[in-house]
Amino acid sequence: MAKRLAILDADRCVGCQSCMFACARRPGVGGLSASSIWVRSAGGIRKGYVVVVCRACPDPPCSRVCPTDALPMRPGGGVRLKPDLCIGCHNCAEACPFGAVMWDHEQNKPEICVYCGYCASYCPYDVLALEEIDDPLATGFTTPTPSPEGNVPHAEK
Amino acid sequence: MLKNDPLSRVLTIDLTRRRFSVDERPELFETALGGAGVAIRLLEEECKPGTDPLGPGNPIVLAVGPLVGLYPIASKTVAMFKSPHTGNLGESHAGGRSAVAIRMAGYGAIVIRGVSTSPVYVAIEGGHVYFRDASALWGLHSAYTAGTIMRQRESGAGVRSIMRIGRAGERGVSYASVITETYRHFGRLGLGAVFGSKLLKGVTISGQRSLPVADRRAYRTLYDALYKSATESPVMKKYHELGTAVNVLPLNAMGALPTRNLQSGHFEEAEAISGERLASEYLGRRVACAHCPVACVHLGTLRLAYPKEPYFYKTSMVGYDHEPIFAMGSLLGGSDVSSMFQLLDEAEVQGLDVMSAGVTLAWATEALQRGLISVRETDGLELAWGNYPAYIAATQRIVSQPNDFYRALARGADYAASVYGGADYALTFGKNEMPGYHTGPGCHLGYLTGARHSHLDSAGYSLDQRAAAKGETLTPDGVANDLLEEERWRQVLTSLVICLFARGVYTPDIVLKALATVGFDWTADDLTRFAADTLHRKQAFKLREGFDPSALRIPKRILETPTPTGMIDEGFIRRAIETYAQQV
Ligand code: SF4
Ligand code: SF4
Ligand code: SF4
Ligand code: SF4
Repeated sequence: MAKRLAILDADRCVGCQSCMFACARRPGVGGLSASSIWVRSAGGIRKGYVVVVCRACPDPPCSRVCPTDALPMRPGGGVRLKPDLCIGCHNCAEACPFGAVMWDHEQNKPEICVYCGYCASYCPYDVLALEEIDDPLATGFTTPTPSPEGNVPHAEK
Repeated sequence: MLKNDPLSRVLTIDLTRRRFSVDERPELFETALGGAGVAIRLLEEECKPGTDPLGPGNPIVLAVGPLVGLYPIASKTVAMFKSPHTGNLGESHAGGRSAVAIRMAGYGAIVIRGVSTSPVYVAIEGGHVYFRDASALWGLHSAYTAGTIMRQRESGAGVRSIMRIGRAGERGVSYASVITETYRHFGRLGLGAVFGSKLLKGVTISGQRSLPVADRRAYRTLYDALYKSATESPVMKKYHELGTAVNVLPLNAMGALPTRNLQSGHFEEAEAISGERLASEYLGRRVACAHCPVACVHLGTLRLAYPKEPYFYKTSMVGYDHEPIFAMGSLLGGSDVSSMFQLLDEAEVQGLDVMSAGVTLAWATEALQRGLISVRETDGLELAWGNYPAYIAATQRIVSQPNDFYRALARGADYAASVYGGADYALTFGKNEMPGYHTGPGCHLGYLTGARHSHLDSAGYSLDQRAAAKGETLTPDGVANDLLEEERWRQVLTSLVICLFARGVYTPDIVLKALATVGFDWTADDLTRFAADTLHRKQAFKLREGFDPSALRIPKRILETPTPTGMIDEGFIRRAIETYAQQV
């Protein structure tokens, strides 16, 4: 079954960025250019943090607006990027209501979660976990289950 | 160093001409790594002998290191400048997101020169540098507000650093801080006043990039090992759980918690301000510096009712650590946490170093009690142990400076005592106010000899504590040598800008391995040579600027109040200072 990243409790997030660096480190380099998960303050550190990452929508708006079919749907929810087809138009980034399409400025291509869970294994405070997506057809839902606190609509990133 | 590593780029910003330039300096980083090593060398280049700390010739150097953005807990930025507080070497370290932001913007160091003709802040976005008018931000009541405005205006949420000063920096208080990300500071030695003298309200920095490594496999393997020891070691757990405030009770139990201007090493109400008590009753949130899984930053919740309007409350989050609790708690004889938090919050709003402010207020309290000054000088304030309303009002006056007395306090306890007397109990070392340990001769020798007169230079308190625990006798030469050895090793850590809390994780062996993965082919001997050379350069800078170790003032008070290792002997201290000075 398809998996996605769950934000279990953003209130426990300390803003350490271990998850961001982990995602960016997958190809074996340092820095933050290619992270698919983003943590920022909820309007100043006093108020805590929000964690932004792809929710693996069953009917992804990002995919629908792609002019080149570079973001086909993944069975079970979410999308897969086909980098060769992508023309870097930013449509997907604009369309995602969560702001979860990050941007790799060095490649000029979107950075979208591949639901691997690598970041979760570096979260020291159990904010993140990889979870199974319930089959939307089996349960009759066509929209994602209510998303945990951490996913907020695209604000000021 | 790897060829394509942007570390070698030095950004120079000229506030006078409103220009910036970038220089490639690979040889500088290859020989000096980054952080303290690079910063002292840039300071040598930029800061001419006899420079006025508040004049246009005083540079601000900010430096990070090769491990930032690659490994956890390489999270500090080292600032160097000439200190308006001591008139000598200024070095201050801050975390927050500053180091990662500078590295992600594509620089190893930033140098800020000159003076602006009107208030500005500088926004650095990767390769772009913008000079933003800050006249509307100048004079704002609160440094929080300045940060909020800069945050709303600049891009880069999540990875940007927002450094700013409060009114203390604008008004030249010699121990004004620069605040980064609200709860971290370039606290000590007055960087905030240097910003203020340049009409520089703040600096924002953001960027995003990947960083090369020499060997991807070795990199990931070492990362995992470091991450594991950072998250699993008991020491790091301690910093996460109670934070450094965990030290309050043990120090108090051994009689080493400076209380009421160090008239005692024991505070009978210490339990009320202990890490345990604060965690159970006030802890609201813990936060981390960028790329640090430890998250030692503890924020307490302060809930205040509006006096005249029922059902209106203001809730603030106040950062606390051992040092603020000592400086604005036990040292001022105060144990009412809500009031202590209000005083800490006032220092944050004004942008003051809480340690220097607390020690200066403690001196003023005793000077008032002993009749050296009267309420005429204090502007009617009854400074007395635990009288927080008076301390809050005095803190505001240190910034607004309504009379000569507050103008003197705005230059610290050493200066104030030189005007009004009471030097015997002005707790400054090399003109810098003391940290929160009175463990024995080791800690005070650390403050006296350390390059930045800080407990973090050489951790003398741990020598004392070890000796007290094992019943060993300390010797002047032994202490001097141990301090020197520790301070040298810390040049390596602070050049790699590793948080000193992680010193147990980054052993020499690990440091060499980590350096190899980023293309530095160094040996243990190279590290030793580099460490000694870097510390020597700092000392040489200080001697050039008039530092005289034999003329260091030893506040009598530290000789009068017993420590866990017994009474401190002045001869011991003098002898150790001499040994240290000969060898450094
Ligand atoms: S990127 Fe955004 S829109 Fe696309 S699947 Fe993920 S959450 Fe949905
Ligand atoms: S940026 Fe690429 S993936 Fe996104 S919509 Fe445009 S072509 Fe498709
Ligand atoms: S699940 Fe994988 S791709 Fe998605 S954010 Fe985490 S590490 Fe990155
Ligand atoms: S690793 Fe966990 S605690 Fe750290 S920023 Fe990411 S989600 Fe927050």
